Amino acid sequence: MAETHSLQDLQQPAVSSKVFVQRDYSSGTICRFQTKFPSELESRLDKQQFEETIQALNNLYAEAEKLGGKSYLEGCLACLTAYTIFLCMETHYEKVLKKIARYIKDQNEKIYAPRGLLLTDPIERGLRVVEVTIFEDRSIGSGR
Amino acid sequence: MKNCEYQQIDPRALSVSPLSVQTHTEKKEHRPRRKWEVFPGKNRFFCDGRIIIARQSGVLPLTLGLIVVTCGLFFAFDCPFLVEHLTIFIPLIGGVLFVFVVTSLLRTSFTDPGILPRATPDEAADIERQIDTSGSSTYRPPPRTKEILINQQVVKLKYCFTCKMFRPPRTSHCSLCDNCVERFDHHCPWVGNCVGKRNYRYFYSFIISLSFLTSFIFGCVITHITLRKYCTSNALNDCMLVICFFSIWSILGLSGFHTYLVASNLTTNEDIKGSWSSKRGADDSGNPYSYNSIITNCCVTLCGPMPPSLIDRRGFVPPDEAIPAASASEIELPPFTTKNDANMVG
Repeated sequence: MAETHSLQDLQQPAVSSKVFVQRDYSSGTICRFQTKFPSELESRLDKQQFEETIQALNNLYAEAEKLGGKSYLEGCLACLTAYTIFLCMETHYEKVLKKIARYIKDQNEKIYAPRGLLLTDPIERGLRVVEVTIFEDRSIGSGR
Repeated sequence: MKNCEYQQIDPRALSVSPLSVQTHTEKKEHRPRRKWEVFPGKNRFFCDGRIIIARQSGVLPLTLGLIVVTCGLFFAFDCPFLVEHLTIFIPLIGGVLFVFVVTSLLRTSFTDPGILPRATPDEAADIERQIDTSGSSTYRPPPRTKEILINQQVVKLKYCFTCKMFRPPRTSHCSLCDNCVERFDHHCPWVGNCVGKRNYRYFYSFIISLSFLTSFIFGCVITHITLRKYCTSNALNDCMLVICFFSIWSILGLSGFHTYLVASNLTTNEDIKGSWSSKRGADDSGNPYSYNSIITNCCVTLCGPMPPSLIDRRGFVPPDEAIPAASASEIELPPFTTKNDANMVG
């Protein structure tokens, strides 16, 4: 595979491929991702590890979209103040999204980066997919 | 395959002096761009991406104009008389309703209805690989669909050729805005925007408050005319009566229709297409998204958690994506484009 020998190449590993974990719509339009383990990751990652990460993400999204007294109260309060209340406070969903961003960063640092992988926050892909970038393993050799 | 050229950055900049001048101006031009500036859909943005509106704003100015003019006439001509003869609460109630109507309207028009960002090229390539059949590529393949089970009901997901992805359930592509919108209801010309997941509650509160406002003004004008007794046929009053009379029927009808939709957790799109009408009459209406309880359906649609905007209008375009823009400008930088293409493959 031809490589461009620019300065940037020396600083970051090249992307080998990307794997996309699609949404699971079996329970409706709520945000859930499929827990099926992609075959491309078999050499790099434990199946259980991956499933745990996805399951944790699914639980966090379920928490964001949970219907209950608290979310109804927030909705009614917002309606009564003609939605101006969102100028001063964050919605529950936004708070959970920040939590999800922290979780993904944490997972990347502890588990995925050491294995040459990178999880992209689904919100950056419109909550359509969980993108897993597989970096070239430099130790094996860069195909010169 | 791309050429593997070893190109040092420094000598290029030093060897050609016009290029260095151009590089400097190029750096000045390539300030980081916000995502709304490169948004592919047919939308217009204001206030540096804070406000989004469909390109065809339809009759929004007319809607606003009608509301403001009618209320203005009401406050100017009917209120003084009614305050004198009835109560001060009349203009107060009118004022509150007016504010509610205008804020709901502006909120509906200027909020992202739930636009789904288009698939990145990598994602599109991945999906193409998955659905690739052994057919030849000389003709356009048949419409791609995927069937899934939602709450034991078979739902077909269609592939969107513009956005290059399988549309999630209840999502539809609006041809006027050229975007896929989640929980697409309809494109409302009066409001000048699509009505979808994120602004449906504002739309609903707009039409409900507008129904109350028009009925209230209609009632007040009738009261005014009857109380006057010596009926000076005031042209302005008549004009307001006519506007209110015609609006009331349409607005009340629309409010009633949308109340039915909210109670059964349907969208206008689904109702018109009759997606779930095959099992009409049965207790379980065949709609897999319904919670089979009117109150739950209402709460979910109107007071449910507010999902965030997925298009991130004010975020900055990442440098990888900005680089093709650089190559599109007059200055060519082959090493960068080569590297970009190498990343895009596989």
